Amino acid sequence: MKEYRTVTQIAGPLVFVEKTEPVGYSELVNIVTADGTVKRGQVLDTSDEIVVIQVFETTAGIGRDSGIRFTGETIKMPVGKDMLGRILSGGGKPIDGGPEIVPEKRLEITGAAINPYARASPADFIQTGISTIDGTNTLVRGQKLPIFSSSGLPHNDVALQIARQAKVPGSTEEFAVVFAAMGITREEANYFMADFEKTGALERAVVFLNLADDPAVERIITPRLALTTAEYLAFELGYHVLVILTDMTNYCEALRQIGAAREEVPGRRGYPGYMYTDLASIYERAGIIKGTKGSVTQIPILTMPGDDITHPIPDLTGYITEGQIVVNRDLHRKGIYAPINVLPSLSRLMNLGIGKGHTREDHKKVSDQLYAAYAEGNDLRGLVAIVGKDALSERDRMFLEFADLFEDRFVRQGLYEDRSIEETLDLSWDLLSTLPEEQLVRIDRELIQKYHPKYRKKAQG
Amino acid sequence: MKKGKENEAQGALKRISGPVVTAVGLNAHMYDVVKVGNEELMGEVIKIQGENVIIQVYEDTAGIRPGEPVTNTGLSLAVELGPGLLTSIYDGIQRPLEVLVNKMGNFIERGVSAPGLSHEKKWEFVPTMKVGDVVKAGDILGTVQETNIVHKVMVPPRSKGGKIKKIAAGSFTVDETVCVLEDGTEIVMLQRWPVRVPRPVKQKLNPDIPLITGQRILDGLFPIAKGGTAAIPGPFGSGKTVTQQQLAKWSDAEIVVYIGCGERGNEMTEVLTEFPDLEDPKTGRPLMERTVLIANTSNMPVAAREASVYTGITIAEYFRDMGYDVSLMADSTSRWAEAMREISSRLEEMPGEEGYPAYLAARLSEFYERAGRVINLNETGGSVSVIGAVSPPGGDFSEPVTQNTLRIVKVFWALDAKLSQRRHFPAINWLNSYSLYLDALNEWYDREVSPEWNPLRAWAMGVLQKEAELQEIVQLVGSDALPDEEQVTIEVARMIREIFLQQNAYDPVDTYCSMTKQYDMMKAIKHYADLARTAQTVGATPQQVISIKSKNELVQIKFTKDYEPMLAKIQKDMEAEFDAMRAA
Ligand SMILES: Nc1ncnc2c1ncn2[C@@H]1O[C@H](COP(=O)(O)OP(=O)(O)OP(=O)(O)O)[C@@H](O)[C@H]1O
Ligand SMILES: [Mg+2]
Repeated sequence: MKEYRTVTQIAGPLVFVEKTEPVGYSELVNIVTADGTVKRGQVLDTSDEIVVIQVFETTAGIGRDSGIRFTGETIKMPVGKDMLGRILSGGGKPIDGGPEIVPEKRLEITGAAINPYARASPADFIQTGISTIDGTNTLVRGQKLPIFSSSGLPHNDVALQIARQAKVPGSTEEFAVVFAAMGITREEANYFMADFEKTGALERAVVFLNLADDPAVERIITPRLALTTAEYLAFELGYHVLVILTDMTNYCEALRQIGAAREEVPGRRGYPGYMYTDLASIYERAGIIKGTKGSVTQIPILTMPGDDITHPIPDLTGYITEGQIVVNRDLHRKGIYAPINVLPSLSRLMNLGIGKGHTREDHKKVSDQLYAAYAEGNDLRGLVAIVGKDALSERDRMFLEFADLFEDRFVRQGLYEDRSIEETLDLSWDLLSTLPEEQLVRIDRELIQKYHPKYRKKAQG
Repeated sequence: MKKGKENEAQGALKRISGPVVTAVGLNAHMYDVVKVGNEELMGEVIKIQGENVIIQVYEDTAGIRPGEPVTNTGLSLAVELGPGLLTSIYDGIQRPLEVLVNKMGNFIERGVSAPGLSHEKKWEFVPTMKVGDVVKAGDILGTVQETNIVHKVMVPPRSKGGKIKKIAAGSFTVDETVCVLEDGTEIVMLQRWPVRVPRPVKQKLNPDIPLITGQRILDGLFPIAKGGTAAIPGPFGSGKTVTQQQLAKWSDAEIVVYIGCGERGNEMTEVLTEFPDLEDPKTGRPLMERTVLIANTSNMPVAAREASVYTGITIAEYFRDMGYDVSLMADSTSRWAEAMREISSRLEEMPGEEGYPAYLAARLSEFYERAGRVINLNETGGSVSVIGAVSPPGGDFSEPVTQNTLRIVKVFWALDAKLSQRRHFPAINWLNSYSLYLDALNEWYDREVSPEWNPLRAWAMGVLQKEAELQEIVQLVGSDALPDEEQVTIEVARMIREIFLQQNAYDPVDTYCSMTKQYDMMKAIKHYADLARTAQTVGATPQQVISIKSKNELVQIKFTKDYEPMLAKIQKDMEAEFDAMRAA
């Protein structure tokens, strides 16, 4: 392979090389530094005059004397069945002391788009055992449902609880887990690993670790390696794969860094204008394919800078994913776990996975009613602060109390409490029955008469 | 249609930077379609600068190198129009996704071309013209039963026309001649039309018939006319897609073109799986039979996303030319604008507001201008209604795409995260939304619904407006401090919101609400308000009127198909309750 020593410029993570033979766009590049270290990079721009390379590792040590080798192919990931149980670096190299991965295939890490015609609609209800998810923001197999959180909140606990408890009732297949860490601390990573080990999840997991002190630009490929592995496990080996990507905020920071180094016109708050498209190329790699057995379900985690949901990172994510689970600081301060605020949370695929034949016929309407009642009660809290409880009407007081009750009994649950969907729905009816029946305008009469505790008791008594 | 070899030219690639590449040595004109690289990826010339020809490529460019060839086809980006469009699902450049699955499997690889229409399938052509008839551009020569929809075979818009020498019924592919004119012109069913050029019409008319959608807040408060334009801006998860899908399902258009532009794959799959099982309320046929889908999802190439909107509207215009009412949904125009931005920034063009190209406003208005109610070249009447979703960053409507869209469209359905968070759906804010067609449509509502409808609508809007004012006071002093009359206004407003405005797209009955039912529901609420007012004048307290039990049953009407007996009973109970109250 020809080696060029024609580096003209190094800026941030970018290396500019001239006088090369024709080099392919997106091609994988090896850069050999004076001390013999080989660093990997990718072609971002190619012309007959100059080639721009984005380096995935630190550019420390790269100079005009470095040798540049173009590999003639785009970045590929070796995948194989024996990846389960392995721990790899954010660049895909084993770091658990084990052997190299025996590749059964080498797959393009950018992953082609699934043809929408080949997709099957996700419809299998995943029970996470967490009421605020199962009851009001249901996750289904093949969905991409991120956790929007903020620094200092227990999003990792929520993610781990989902990974521990997730099951499709009535099915015996277990989830394989692909876990990709991007820029999280060693301590956080250990927290995940310890839990995986304790629950035995590690044996059916593939872990990619790019930690806080690993090169930032490597984060650009970490989720792609993880998803390539997930797709292989799902669509070729038939596993149901749960992918956890954390923290997407760090990924976006790396993207911004490259954009800045290329002197691109920045979009909102300095993030590249193509960040939507770029994030979509990650998040859209979830789903089910007609005629294949497995599925890829994605739970990306991101921390919202300044708790701001309109920040470009959560904003663009929300525009791509199929809903979001929002972890909330106020609930956390009140000492409530899992501090999920259902109001801004959403699962768009919920309707496909609930109701008769999936969960229970009253699920949808009960969920709508819980939302409406909690939203109303929550609004009244602001009013009470100004006018006092006495100025409220009887009706308002009931909704106010409902909001407290909802947080205390529905939202609050144990870290290891695994509620079945029936438990969650019955609990919902218990709470709703504290409101006068005629206030339950979201639920039709038939369902009320079938499930409302008042009638149930009568039926039993 | 085919151009000769003399228009072909070969050049070589000089630079590749994502979806934008530069070629040299190519004789090209703006918007020519070119084949890029050894794999012959499809691209389009978007800029010419000295000897550099700049091309946007509709497929992934990874691995392409400088020096690879570029060939000019000399044609502009065009779609194939003819029988076979309906029930299809295409990518942004009209490649049928079903064919692509067969050719390359579950993932979209590049370098595969596939024509928009089947060139093998035979269609039964029935002429409506005969030998000796004189035809001109746009005239209908005959028909083909495409699905339950009758496809009109037309003289191409740019044809000179003439006297028919030969025409006969028979079985033809889209490439076979169905009609020969005296001057020897052979007419086939297939038309190729450049997507960036509007198809000509004879005359544009003022829209004065509503597009009935079965959605109460739309038909009832903020209607769009057939041939009109509407925008639905809203933050993520506020209901743009569900609203668009509701329109695609239930609007009384004859043809629906649904463009998933830079959005989710699963949403298109949902349409694909759901539509064949849903019935058109008018014809009872599967909705899919009147639908064309364009799916260029967010992870498919951005240049093809840019093209998808044009592909869709050209297909819509083609059906309009046959005399149909077509409605087109574009979800989301913001992704289209972002595709423009992405391409523009690769061209290193001087950016306008928030990095969007300076021509953003022009492109948006050109697009919406292709909507309209028209008299076609063949004297039939048709319409294209355009409904565009807008996805403003951070939900902030002051951004360029929303603002430039609002300057053009006549209907604004403002989605509101506050409403969607409390699951008030459709989360359309009734105070900020508007329809500029109201005046033009008044007459239709008078005639087709009831002369009482327009006053009823005005009354409801008045109550909602009043409620907003009262809520400000309530926020300061609590609701008990309001005068008696206003306490009841608040209750009536709540009824309008919860009974009339809220509509559950997932309830089998509530998903579609006929105009008659809308009228009945609103009238019933008004009836309660009137009874309440009368009772109050003779001394009833707000608590007494609000605690009328039977009014709470009104909400059940939404979920009831044959609601009339129920409604009559509730009305009667209501009256009885008020009578009893007065007696007491
Ligand atoms: N009319 C409706 N009836 C019932 N539910 C609705 C309705 N409209 C919206 N929803 C609910 O809101 C969710 C989000 O709606 P939708 O997907 O249309 O949002 P969107 O505005 O298109 O978001 P994005 O910009 O991210 O695509 C739906 O999944 C559904 O649960
Ligand atoms: Mg949407």
